Amino acid sequence: MKAVVWQGVNRMGVETVPDPQILQPTDAIVRVTKTAICGSDLHLMDGYVPSMVHGDIVGHEFMGEVVEVGAEVRKVKVGDRVIVPFPIACGKCWYCQKGLTSLCDNSNPNPGLAEKFWGYSPAGLYGYSHITGGYAGGQAQFARTVYADANLYKVPEGLTDEQVLFLTDILPTGYMGAEHCNIHGGDVVAVFGCGPVGLFGIASAFLLGAERVIAIDRFPERLEMARSYGAETINYEEENVFERLREMTGGRGPDSVMDAVGLEAQAHGFLGVADAVKQTTRVLESDRPHALRAAIMACRKGGTVSVPGVYGGLADKIPVGAFMNKGLTMRTGQTHVHRYLDTLTGHIQRGEIDPTRIITHRLSLEEAPHAYEIFKHKHDGCIKCVLDPWADPKDHAPVK
Amino acid sequence: MTRDHQDSRRESPQNSSPAERLLFGGLGAGLIALSLRQRGGMGVVLGTGGALLLAGAAMGQGLGETLTRVRRTEDDHIKVQKAVTIGLDAGELYTFWRDFENLPRFMDHLESVKVQGEGGQRSHWVAKAPAGTSVEWDAEITADEPGRRIAWRSLEGATVPNEGEVEFRPAPGDRGTEIHVSLTYRPPGGTLGATVARLLGEDPDVQIGQDLRRLKRLLEVGHVPTTEGQSSGRKGPMKAEAKMYDNRRTS
Repeated sequence: MKAVVWQGVNRMGVETVPDPQILQPTDAIVRVTKTAICGSDLHLMDGYVPSMVHGDIVGHEFMGEVVEVGAEVRKVKVGDRVIVPFPIACGKCWYCQKGLTSLCDNSNPNPGLAEKFWGYSPAGLYGYSHITGGYAGGQAQFARTVYADANLYKVPEGLTDEQVLFLTDILPTGYMGAEHCNIHGGDVVAVFGCGPVGLFGIASAFLLGAERVIAIDRFPERLEMARSYGAETINYEEENVFERLREMTGGRGPDSVMDAVGLEAQAHGFLGVADAVKQTTRVLESDRPHALRAAIMACRKGGTVSVPGVYGGLADKIPVGAFMNKGLTMRTGQTHVHRYLDTLTGHIQRGEIDPTRIITHRLSLEEAPHAYEIFKHKHDGCIKCVLDPWADPKDHAPVK
Repeated sequence: MTRDHQDSRRESPQNSSPAERLLFGGLGAGLIALSLRQRGGMGVVLGTGGALLLAGAAMGQGLGETLTRVRRTEDDHIKVQKAVTIGLDAGELYTFWRDFENLPRFMDHLESVKVQGEGGQRSHWVAKAPAGTSVEWDAEITADEPGRRIAWRSLEGATVPNEGEVEFRPAPGDRGTEIHVSLTYRPPGGTLGATVARLLGEDPDVQIGQDLRRLKRLLEVGHVPTTEGQSSGRKGPMKAEAKMYDNRRTS
């Protein structure tokens, strides 16, 4: 089959690799019908997530049709149309029982490495380095999925692939980011980053009762899309974000601030340069935490900072004094995708969220290297790419 | 030097004997001196090695222990204590453990355990030892409190005299049961043997941790997850690199 393979820093290639097989009785093989490139895949591409090995198949936003099931799979049947949540739940451990599926105790086959980095190992993830298990990902024509009964979610009749594809990651991630904002009626929420997660975060914040949402980015097309979701916007290259937020909230500061940027934040000035230099060493600092710093500083006293953005290791100059003295709360985590699926599918069916609006590019799997390039550099107005593993690149009319 | 009073169980902060410290310290200083006369990469390697040895001597810890934090009791036993929480009740876990023939299902270094005689008090153990050999011994149960605790020890004549104890404590709320395991044993050739064994990847501390995790996965989910045999775009030498990261076991 064809698959997108990590071939080293800044090298995502398409290769022909062996088809996946059932390895354990709770596995299922999915014929992938649609897959997407996520912002966190860019961290892999850029080489900031350790323990990637040349040849790893990437991709953690994918869906398709079940073509084979292992002997112990009961609920999932061949022919089912399913989405595959990116964190892997065993379905049995205390965390899974509590709905905290991205913290599953049992699904990472390689927990020793994660324990060295983070103290304890969270769930295994598809296509996301060997720290999170080294599972082959879903940017491929077929994928092996594990603990099928606990993870594969049947797509209700009448919904298209593109309507449900983002349930695998970014839509619940934006939603959980908004849920973590602890929104009460009348609250003003600021969202750093208007990529896919930020945009869904904005939409979710309104669904959860935010009075106003203020979105921060520098790309006009993203700010435009944020406005179309109902947000007011700040372009951080043109204005002082802290002062602008302060003024827009009558001097109070936003009640909650969401960091939908993560470990490769853009920053100007000395700290930004220092972060960039330190991060290239991978040792002095693994993460560029500029958005997190800004979020902590901007948040009102007693407010909440929500961090759906991905961080990996160590970051410097976090304003912990501001965090403590202002009495802030921080809520973070990889998304517990499974717990949001019913709720979000309902929102999609009722037309309250239209996930397809953020798609700017539809390409074949063959064109993945190009898709990674334009997504990384935000060329051609790229906000989100969806890949069709079975499309012939020649048949492809560019989307506009 | 086994002593029969309570103190022999106490952890000793400085494990190396004065002679050991002098020997390794001298060796370290020598290596550093040698490194100063070497050019390029070799000098760095020698210097680093020397510094490690010297530091180990200064802290009263052997090199192997400095690197791997092995805990040795004063009477030269190695002691490992680990705990895991499993979402089953203490009774079920006790029953599973009490049948010692189940132990090799999650304890990696065990080849087999055969229960012998009346009431299953005695058992014959076969363990994988470093370099592809095996070690065998007989053991007896020394304490047996259903649903709470099991203790055992090897009988006279074991190559690796050892004793073990497992306690099953109800975890708070709906968290299941805490399993607390404590293993004490004297490896062949005292500490040196332990150091050799650990260099061969038979680190008892890490091993027991992995064993308990395997037990948890076996009992909560039915098997241990694996990526062994999945597809990838890997070519020759890369396979070895991935192996370093990947779990190599299927259960």
